[in-house]
Amino acid sequence: MTGMNWRHVIRTGLLMSLIVLLVSIIGMVETFDERDLVVGYLTLGQLLLFAPALFGGYRTVAREARRSPVSTLLGGLVAGLIVAVPLILLVLLASAWPGIRTYFPNISPALLDILSNGQGATTTGIGLLLLEMGLLGLIGAAIHLVPGALRRPLLTALLITSAVALFSDVPLNIANELLDRSIVRILFGTKGLTLAAAVGAFVISLLLAFWWDRSGRAALNRRQATQSPTQAARNRRIATLALLVVLLILPRILGIFLTNVLDQVGIFILMALGLNIVVGFAGLLDLGYVAFFAIGAYTTALLTSTGDLGLGMSFWVAAPISVAAATLAGIILGIPVLRLRGDYLAIVTLGFGEIIRVLVRSDLLKPVIGGAQGILNIGRPSLGSFELVTPQQFYYLILLGCILAWYIASRLRDGRIGRRWMAMREDEDVAEAVGINLTSTKLLAFSIGASFAGLAGSIFASRIGSAFPNSFELLISINVLAIVIVGGLGSLPGVVVGAFVLVGLPELLREFAEYRLLMYGILLIVMMLVRPEGLWPSAVTRREMHAAEEEAAREGIHPEEVQPIT
Amino acid sequence: MSILELNDVHAYYGKIHALKGISLKVEKGEIVTLIGGNGAGKTTTLRTISALMRPTTGSVTFEDESLTRYKPSDLAARGIAMVPEGRGVFARMTVLENLEMGAFHRNDKAGIAQDVEMVYDLFPRLKERRTQLAGTMSGGEQQMLAMGRALMSRPRLLLLDEPSMGLAPVLVEAIFSTVVDINKQGTTVLLVEQNALMALDIASRGYVLQTGEIVLSDDAKALQKNEMIQKVYLGIE
Ligand SMILES: Nc1ncnc2c1ncn2[C@@H]1O[C@H](COP(=O)(O)OP(=O)(O)OP(=O)(O)O)[C@@H](O)[C@H]1O
Ligand SMILES: [Mg+2]
Repeated sequence: MTGMNWRHVIRTGLLMSLIVLLVSIIGMVETFDERDLVVGYLTLGQLLLFAPALFGGYRTVAREARRSPVSTLLGGLVAGLIVAVPLILLVLLASAWPGIRTYFPNISPALLDILSNGQGATTTGIGLLLLEMGLLGLIGAAIHLVPGALRRPLLTALLITSAVALFSDVPLNIANELLDRSIVRILFGTKGLTLAAAVGAFVISLLLAFWWDRSGRAALNRRQATQSPTQAARNRRIATLALLVVLLILPRILGIFLTNVLDQVGIFILMALGLNIVVGFAGLLDLGYVAFFAIGAYTTALLTSTGDLGLGMSFWVAAPISVAAATLAGIILGIPVLRLRGDYLAIVTLGFGEIIRVLVRSDLLKPVIGGAQGILNIGRPSLGSFELVTPQQFYYLILLGCILAWYIASRLRDGRIGRRWMAMREDEDVAEAVGINLTSTKLLAFSIGASFAGLAGSIFASRIGSAFPNSFELLISINVLAIVIVGGLGSLPGVVVGAFVLVGLPELLREFAEYRLLMYGILLIVMMLVRPEGLWPSAVTRREMHAAEEEAAREGIHPEEVQPIT
Repeated sequence: MSILELNDVHAYYGKIHALKGISLKVEKGEIVTLIGGNGAGKTTTLRTISALMRPTTGSVTFEDESLTRYKPSDLAARGIAMVPEGRGVFARMTVLENLEMGAFHRNDKAGIAQDVEMVYDLFPRLKERRTQLAGTMSGGEQQMLAMGRALMSRPRLLLLDEPSMGLAPVLVEAIFSTVVDINKQGTTVLLVEQNALMALDIASRGYVLQTGEIVLSDDAKALQKNEMIQKVYLGIE
């Protein structure tokens, strides 16, 4: 058939079948089957099986399809069927040889039930599986046949509905706060949306996406283009104010569970705003950042704890001292690493982080900071006789910290020191040649970055009420760094987005904690491949990308043509 | 009075004896060139002048004041500007931002704006491209920008490390004639080059460096006629 690239179809099908097979035999499908997306109709486990077939079908049409609808659909169908093949083999193998569980403990009867729709290794079961996957591939390919004006809104609505269903905890908790019980029960099952809610979400998001594509975006652009600078400034002020109001009433809307998640996200935002100064602004790779968080936390712990080890001071006195201690540590770490660059700097800071962790855990310092037993009874912040205890109350403290850190970071970035950091990041030698003192520039970055982490640690300790060494693992440093990179190096909004994606979402998927690192890793890889500039790139990065595009346009290269032919 | 004077400078990289007693003088208003082959120690000499390296013995004096106690970042304010080997621009800043960075230690806004225009006059190409990101410019343009950036600190002494490296002959000629213009406007220039032919054309005096030692020094015209120079550096048999 003309225009049909069978090799591509088969390769896509095989790739997707590999993914499906993998998620099945590592137990993800079965575990995720516990969670309903649409109660009674679709579980997360099923989505995990179906999505690759659907996506595979979609991908068989690589670019603008210039072929007949029949061959398009045929390609999707074949890809879908290919996805089914290894699953069928799996079902047959497992029923013929039950002993396989000794080697692959996750190939359980429950998994086979899911795969065969409860029919086992019968003709019906296998037929159903084939039919399912083939149909999904077909539907995936059929998306290309939908007129363009409808296709994008359709995909958007599909994505939004999936996201709402997957993170249904968020709307559920909000609904619990705002709506009547009887209405909540119509919309939500115990673990997912009801069919009515799912359909409703789909229709609403479809309409919105359709409207946005047709006229919304254009209208917004027109308004932005025609408004005067003063109007724009006023609108921005109003938007900021509105955002502030929303932030202030957020804990009321979200309820305890979500506010708790938000608090954790906020503490990571605070830390990441600090690391963003070191890595994003100044270009110094610091892998031991958790050390400053630990120093802030332990200082507050020692100063405020009412236990044997503590001094019982007020949080409000302890917090500034903790920040000062972390800042000082930043300078102390800064001095020996001043002459190091790149990889060497990363390794030394990594070592510093580990030293602090080992010290905190050590028996040597146990009489002072509690060793593995940690410090308990850490003081809570209080205002007069009112003590901050609940997640909702702590939320405001964390919010205050984040706003303060954001303000400081943005002022520094736009000021002279921001220029110094930027110049140093671009080229240390040239920066020096134009009169920038690298020593003070680096020390400022390290110490200011450390001070944010110190504040985060101080609030963290007081919120948890105790400090243990295992809260300060290397993984925290990695996590914060990942937030900065995924959000977009040097970008303040990026830090916030990154923290929500890398800290907030995993909290909402707590039940699947055993797969957390796996998903984390996949997300990072996909990000670096698809969007290396980050989710919300900084102005500098955006300008650079823009320049690259212009360059390509000047050379007469279109991005599509640069991609390898598949 | 010499503006720059090196007296018996020795410098080491670990155990490598890179400079073995360099002595040279640059008089105010001159273009002096330092020529030599790969690894002769030209860059190292500039590094000791700009305080990126400390000489183990010997002295570096600028306007009768010892430079040995200065930090590299002090030199811009002292009146010395350096264009390092292989250009040296801030890739993700625009041309204009690069120029402004060159005046980082200065506070006189009006003067800076005036100097930007002065640089644009010297390198009209930079004016056309003032909003372009430096990293996306061609090698020749980046060299111009690096020189323009250096001028923005209003230096009395300009150190250039192989500005001709990797450029087409036409461009080298253009760059060198701008160096002459810069010099005519009152900036003393120490030009490090492998391209001896062109460097000696614009310089008044030259030093020849070989494996860390100055083996020859003379008027540029005389050096051009020197047999050994002709053989080794000018490729004239
Ligand atoms: N960082 C370093 N560590 C060790 N040795 C070095 C270092 N930099 C330079 N050298 C050595 O010092 C000597 C002089 O090097 P220098 O860079 O000054 O040469 P150059 O004259 O500038 O050469 P080129 O024309 O190739 O730039 C060389 O033998 C070189 O190998
Ligand atoms: Mg050199």
